[in-house]
This record gives sequence, structure tokens and C-alpha cells, in this order.
Amino acid sequence: MSPSARDSRLVWALSASAVIASGVLLLILLFLARESWPVIHKVGIAKFLRGDGWHPTEGAYGLVPMLAASMAMSGFAILLAAPLGVASALFCRFYAPPTLARIYRWAIVLLAGIPSVVLGLWGLTVIVPLIIWIAPPGTSLLAGGIILALMILPTVALTTEAALTAVPKAYWHGAAALGLSRESTILGVALPATRASIFAGILLATARALGETMAVLMVSGNVVQIPTSLFDPVRTLTANIALEMAYATGDHRASLFVSGLALTVLVLALAAGARRSGGQIVHA
Amino acid sequence: MLEPGALSVRRLGGTVRDTALQMATWFAASLVAGLFLWLLFDLIRHGAMQLDWSFLTTPPKSAGRSGGIGPILVSTVLILAVAIVVAAPLGLATAVLLSEFMRRDSGIGRSIGLSLDVLSGVPSIVFGLFGNAFFSVWLGLGFSILAGGLTLACMVLPILIRTAESGLRMVPNDWRLGAEALGMSRATILTHVLIPAAAPALVAGLMLGIGRAMAETAALVFTSGYVDRMPSSLLDSGRAISVHIYDLTMNVAGGDKNAYASALVLIVLLIIINTIATALADRALVRRITAT
Repeated sequence: MSPSARDSRLVWALSASAVIASGVLLLILLFLARESWPVIHKVGIAKFLRGDGWHPTEGAYGLVPMLAASMAMSGFAILLAAPLGVASALFCRFYAPPTLARIYRWAIVLLAGIPSVVLGLWGLTVIVPLIIWIAPPGTSLLAGGIILALMILPTVALTTEAALTAVPKAYWHGAAALGLSRESTILGVALPATRASIFAGILLATARALGETMAVLMVSGNVVQIPTSLFDPVRTLTANIALEMAYATGDHRASLFVSGLALTVLVLALAAGARRSGGQIVHA
Repeated sequence: MLEPGALSVRRLGGTVRDTALQMATWFAASLVAGLFLWLLFDLIRHGAMQLDWSFLTTPPKSAGRSGGIGPILVSTVLILAVAIVVAAPLGLATAVLLSEFMRRDSGIGRSIGLSLDVLSGVPSIVFGLFGNAFFSVWLGLGFSILAGGLTLACMVLPILIRTAESGLRMVPNDWRLGAEALGMSRATILTHVLIPAAAPALVAGLMLGIGRAMAETAALVFTSGYVDRMPSSLLDSGRAISVHIYDLTMNVAGGDKNAYASALVLIVLLIIINTIATALADRALVRRITAT
């Protein structure tokens, strides 16, 4: 075979692979839509946002309690993880001795790699019993939020640190030339210069929190209700899918795909926001 | 390089604000480190007691309360193997197309990139829904190792492609020009120059993908299923180790001990895989520096 014929075959094979690889996303969206369609067609989207509860076998498809639980839990997790994550990055960059910073960074990377089932197992056997002391039943919005915070904290810490590393050296030199103290450098230069990327990191972490399933399912009690306190057991959108897919059929199954579709849209919107905000890194 | 902290002038004694900020970051860091060590300590304390050779080789007894995880490890390896055998060539080919045959700012290249970025943001439970609807039901694979592996293949594609692409882009351009000056075809350059040169980065990406797939649970529960017997074919249902941990924790009273032992096995495997990936990625970087 001549070299040019081999080359054109190569390009053909590579293009075919690329079409398949980028087709996966379309296939996923297509199948989510296809499986959701019967129930959307039958009862309409509005039914999913009405407050008549989640009794899918009796035709009540109210996703509101699950949506509320997902948002409350992710919000609470971000409230814990964002300050801790940013502080972790500042710690590595400005305060820790180099060796300690290296060890700490390694621990954060390792924490990022802990599988969610393992965090769920630990949460259920260690954190939940602690919460029972304060207010039973222990499996609650609080437990889910704490475990989620541990999961997403590395995302915030690592993006913040990457952003701090990307700050142009001239900024540090300028700060030093102005005689700024360490704290003024952080508050007046480092944080303002990295604000957009930190925000992007927080959005990404929120998206991850919303999409997380196993850990949340294991520690948050799974009662379908709109949470009124941190100690309420709740069921998130993701947990609902995981719990009911095992036996759901017909419209019930289709309604789970609807919640999957809703979740995907929510998460992708956040990711798009992060991308947009991350685009204008550092340089003002 | 100058550390930013070292450059700033420290006033004698510092200010109240400085001390407060310093204490806050130290407090946050010790809180996070403390929680992490607590988790690690619990995993080792509860897990190590159960862990021995027979735990790794014998089948689970009484729903996993006793016995080992032999068949579960086999299923896990099979699921990962399916995922990698499918995703690795597909990912490598796409990466080669993106890095060697397309300009970074071309419209098609960018839209492929965008679809991959979006795909990497899709939650794992949604991969589970898709895998169930497409592989298990539509293609008729049922709850099987094959369906689970294919679902994971879709999931790890973005990470494989992105790491392979950046590995290939790291190969100095002189090498391509030199090979072309020798009259090599693009295909020969690819197999004899680019892929060997980018090999450490390619393997590092592969390791990251395997690690990601191994930690996955939600995408597998409704695709590869729960059955904890030794699988006899790829069309058998097989329980991955992460699903085993989930099941022992949630559905089996008194399964905690073996759940912790399995979790320890999983974590140790993940640490080994990540260490290999990091070492290879570092080597790839060193090569680039010495080559240019």
C-alpha cells in the first residue's frame, strides 16, 4: 500500500473514532429524552413542579421536595467547603512551611480521590452516630452536607491554588514594592486577582455536589420531604433515581428519567457558568 | 522562584488582621487534615483486621457478612477491562485527530472538545440511567459486565482523550518535521515517533481513567448489577467492589466490617494507580524538558 493511501485510511479511521467519541454525549441526551418522553407527553412538565408530592405510581410526580433537598444540601456543603477550600489554598501558598505545604497538598489530592461510597460508609458509621447524639435520626441534611463538603473541598482548594499560581509575578513584585504586609497582599492582591477563578471553582464544586449520588444516598435518610431543619432526613434527586430505578416500570421509570434530565440540565448550566467565569482568569 | 510570602515586608509584630488571617488558615487546614486523618485512621483500623490473603480470594458468605471478595475482584477487573479495551483505542484515535490533524482553533476541533467537556460534567447517576436504557435494555445486554464496562467506557472517554491530547501536544514539533523530512508517512510518524514519545503521558491518562472507573458506583448499580457470584462470561451480571461496599453498608446488617475491609482494598488500589499515573506524568514532563 502506498504511504498516501495508508494516510487517508488513517485519517478516515481517526475521524470515525472522533465521531463516535463526540456522539456519546448526543446519545446520552437522546436516550434521556426518549425515555422521559412518554410521561412528559402524558402529564406535561408542569406536573413535575406541582406540590402534590411524589407518588409516581398514583400519578403524582412532584419533584419539588427532592429539588429543594438537593439544593439545600449542595448549598450547605458549599457554605462549608468554599471557605475551607480557599483557606486551604492560602495555607499552602502563604502560611505553611514548604514541606508541610507539600504534604497537605498531597492529602488534598488524595481526599479528592476517595470514592464516594467510601465517604458514605464512613459518614454512616462515624458522622451519623455523632449527629444522633444531638438530634435523632442522625441520617440528615446535615450529615449529607458534611460528607459532600469533604468531597468538593478539594475542587475548591485545587482550583484556587492553580489560580494563585497563575497570578503574574509582577503582581507579587508590585505588592512587595509597595511594602504591603502578607495579609494586605492576600486581601488586596491575591484574592481580587483570582476572584473569577475561585468563583468558577465554586460553581464546578456545586455542580459536583448536585450530581453526587452514593455518599448522599447513604447518609441523608431518604425521606421525601421539604427540609425544615438541618436535622431532617431528606431525599435528593440523585438518591431518588438510585433508590427507585431498581423496581420502577412504565411511567414511574420514565419520571425518573425526567429527574435525570432535570439534573443534567442543572449541572451543565452550572458548568457552563464556571467555564464562562473561568475564561476571564486573573487579568482585569 | 521567589515565594510571594517571602517578598512581602513583615511589619514588626504584625497586625491584628494578619494574625487573625494566619490563625484562620491554620485552623481551616488543621480541621481538614484532622477530618482526613480521622477517615484514613478509621479505614485502616476497621479494615486491616479483616484483611488477609483469604479475604481477597474467597467468595462472600451470608450476603457478604463473612467470607471474602474473590469473585467481586474478578468482576471489577472484567468491568474495567471492558471499559479500557473499548475506550482506550477510541480515545487515543480521537486525541490523535485533535492534536495532529486539526488546528487547535478549528471549528470542528473546538466542537469535539466542547462535547467532551460537557460529557465530563454529566453526573455519574445519569450515566447509569443512560447505560441502563441504552446498553441493558435497548441493546439487550441486560445486567451484565459488558453493559457496565461500556457505560464506564463512555464515562472515562473525556479524561482519556484530554490527557492523550496534551501528551501528544507535548512532543516537540522538530520531531515531526524531522520525520517528515525523512519521507515518513503520517501513519508511520504516528506509530514510530509520536506514540512512543508520548507513551508515558498516554499511560498516565489511562491510569487516571482506570482510577476514575474503579471508584464509580452509581453508574454500575443499574448496568452491571448486584450478583456476587463468580461471573462465567461477560454477559453475566457482576458486582464491582464499589457496589459491594454500598450493598454491605446499606442492605446488610452487620456488613460494616467487611465493607471497611473492601473499602481499604479499594483505596489501596486507587493509591497505587494514582502513584503510577503521577510518576509517569512527571517522567513525561522530564522528557519534554530534556528533549527541547
